[in-house]
Amino acid sequence: MSDTNTLQISANKKWISVHPLVLAMVAALGQTVRPENIACEVFEAKSKHYFERMGLFRFLGVRSGIDVVEHESAGRFVPLTQIQSQEALSKFVTDMIPLLHLSPAHAEPIRYIVTELVRNVIEHAESPHGAFVAAQYYEKSNSIRIGIADVGVGIKKTIGRSHRVSGDLSAIGLALTPGITGTTAREGGTEQNAGAGLFFIKSIASINGDFFAIYSGSALYKLLRQHATKRHILHADPFRDRHSARENLPQWTGTAVGIDMMLDETEKFSALLEHIRGTYARAVRERRKERYKKPRFV
Amino acid sequence: MITITLHKVVGDFAENKDVARDIREKEILPALEKGDEVVVDFEGITGATQSFVHALISEAIRRYGGDALDRISFKNCNETVQKIITIVTEYMQESG
Repeated sequence: MSDTNTLQISANKKWISVHPLVLAMVAALGQTVRPENIACEVFEAKSKHYFERMGLFRFLGVRSGIDVVEHESAGRFVPLTQIQSQEALSKFVTDMIPLLHLSPAHAEPIRYIVTELVRNVIEHAESPHGAFVAAQYYEKSNSIRIGIADVGVGIKKTIGRSHRVSGDLSAIGLALTPGITGTTAREGGTEQNAGAGLFFIKSIASINGDFFAIYSGSALYKLLRQHATKRHILHADPFRDRHSARENLPQWTGTAVGIDMMLDETEKFSALLEHIRGTYARAVRERRKERYKKPRFV
Repeated sequence: MITITLHKVVGDFAENKDVARDIREKEILPALEKGDEVVVDFEGITGATQSFVHALISEAIRRYGGDALDRISFKNCNETVQKIITIVTEYMQESG
């Protein structure tokens, strides 16, 4: 964005390799700009068809001038999809798995993650544009890369309604902590929200050795791949996980999440949930303990 | 005793929290209020999200504590669904 009214899109002339997260972010950003204020250069790289096939130009309302021959191999991907309601989410999740040709064991964590992330957007982001989702299978690494983005109010605002936050990174940290929700400060959440969704997703990624990144406001948190022997050690505090964090990045008004699922290393979903169970209950117990009144010794 | 058959309303993946809220408000909590027992039947359901299960049963546990689990039972749950229900029931009791 050169300013808040104009979106300029350019790419390397020889090669383009874009994570679905970037596609989702550009599509979401495009909703905030009039099509006539979107300047998209003519792409020259051989892989330019990827953008057309993923539906980016359609969402931006601009003509690409790129023709996609229908019989070209489409690969395994989920084109950019805008989801604005629970009904659309339920349909999307049903339709998505066949597009990626996944086995039931691989489909289970992916549909779980996508559902929870998109539902978060619908419920908390307050964006009239909803969520943008895209996914792509990469044969070389045998992985599925998923991107979900919105241009809503962002995590700091939603978490800040019930908890004290010092900045975007602190808000992301709280959002990833089990039992912390922006809907209440009460332990256990409300009848409709537990504050568990992002912790589950981060934990699934951690145990499977996946890449997971979350960007909101001016902060980015990345879960780094763990060595296989350490993956089962889950932390309630995301800053104790192997991670990198950056602040003062260009402002992203909303939230964007990217995940790379390594299909060769996916643990059985029920076994993975068992690890999450132990960490979650311990975290809640420890937080309760912190609130116990201390005896006064006089 | 009332039996709630989920597959009819949520399909094979239980993720719609709005449906969970409706079942909670219109069936589970009124039944518990009357002293009835509730059976939630997961037959045909291959997976569920924690958000769905939380929206379905957390309020019952908050109101009635562990006693809620003497009066609600879960039928035909696969291993994954059992794990999710266990997580929610544990953290709700820990939060109590």
